[in-house]
Amino acid sequence: MKSNYDILVIGGGPAGALAAKTAAKAGNSVCLIEKRPAIGTPVRCAEGIGKELLKEYIKPDPRWISADIESARIIAPNGTAIRLDQDRAGSEVGYVLDRKVFDRELVWQAAEAGADVIVKTRATAPIMENGAVRGAKVLSAGTPADIRAEVVIAADGTEAQFARRAGLETVVPLREMMSCAQYLMTDIDIDAGSTDFYLGNEIAPEGYLWIFPKGDRTANVGIGITGRKSRDGSRAKDYLDRFVAKSFPNGKTIEAIAGGVPVCRPLACTVADGLLVAGDAARVVDPITGGGIGNAMYTGRLAGEVASTCIEAGNCSKESLMPYDTEWRASRMGTILERNYKVKEYFITLDDTKLNTLADSIASISFSEFSVAALIRELIKRNPKMLLELKALKDTLA
Amino acid sequence: MSTMLRINRDKCGYCGTCVAVCPEDALELIDAYLSLERECIGCGICARACPLGALEVVHEE
Repeated sequence: MKSNYDILVIGGGPAGALAAKTAAKAGNSVCLIEKRPAIGTPVRCAEGIGKELLKEYIKPDPRWISADIESARIIAPNGTAIRLDQDRAGSEVGYVLDRKVFDRELVWQAAEAGADVIVKTRATAPIMENGAVRGAKVLSAGTPADIRAEVVIAADGTEAQFARRAGLETVVPLREMMSCAQYLMTDIDIDAGSTDFYLGNEIAPEGYLWIFPKGDRTANVGIGITGRKSRDGSRAKDYLDRFVAKSFPNGKTIEAIAGGVPVCRPLACTVADGLLVAGDAARVVDPITGGGIGNAMYTGRLAGEVASTCIEAGNCSKESLMPYDTEWRASRMGTILERNYKVKEYFITLDDTKLNTLADSIASISFSEFSVAALIRELIKRNPKMLLELKALKDTLA
Repeated sequence: MSTMLRINRDKCGYCGTCVAVCPEDALELIDAYLSLERECIGCGICARACPLGALEVVHEE
């Protein structure tokens, strides 16, 4: 194992792969380490992504697309369904991926661009010199080693321990951690062209339950609830089991996974001396949908670009790396994250009666444009009696 | 009185949700093995967040 690189990337998910590919293409020596023995497994994801977002980073390929989605349905507690078709739903409808293959493709592209890839290698601590990150202490299949680098890009996912050990605050408050469970089920009656989102405090308190098709009669059936609603007997797995027993009593579960999705605001700062943080580790997950693949690829690529510029300039200080933080915050992604955080904070306050009222008010509408902003505008227009409390929602559009 | 964290390895899904909410950075997910690497203060946040109910804080006299 080489002990010196321009850039060390920690984590072999979409953020790490895009960071490594971008930095290697720019001519840097790059090492990507992944603590697990295989890229892409185990999957910790519902695997949905918007089509347009995906296409910004990679050409869609049937080898890693499980399903092409034509519509989305949001189902209120009383069963009212709001249906959104592809031409109107925009970024909310898309592909359901096969992450096991997709993640490998992304890492393969990083390797092809010249990055070294090392699996079963875990960063245990940053190498710190004069307050700056200068690489990582690793355990590679049990053998300790030092990997030094000018810049480390931490893309280590929800756990985000590398940035934390370098001094950044990454702990997710219990109320903002979505506690999730998912079954890959087969032999179930579903609409293979529709992603379904079930809302309600009985079905998924402060979260939602999803059915994301993976093909005919096969789907990711999963749920996320907030950590504060999670208790013995009413955990994510309990809610999921109850839904499955009722809706798919004869379905077969061929994979059972769990996971945590942070729906807090992004890290207060995503750079430090010699360090950039990208993807779920930076907490750039959409707080409404819980989607993080696209934002991971965006921040990963941007981190790779900014790191490359700073290495060429010979200055990898926090100040020099700061354009990374400034740029993503000012980007469309940054704006949407902030707005959707506020919208999420409002929606989790709604009881089922109010959810039903709001859903009923817009169920018959044919949206000319479907977006969170359009949805909010319609909700405000059609619920004059709730004007006072919808003001919080209205303010998010300002 | 001391506290300890009991990990039910048959229930654990090795997802790392507990790692991200632990205020002490005491937990570590090493492939398919959740390990208590540093001292647990028994706050129970990880046990609440666990999607599968695999964690329990046990108080001992």
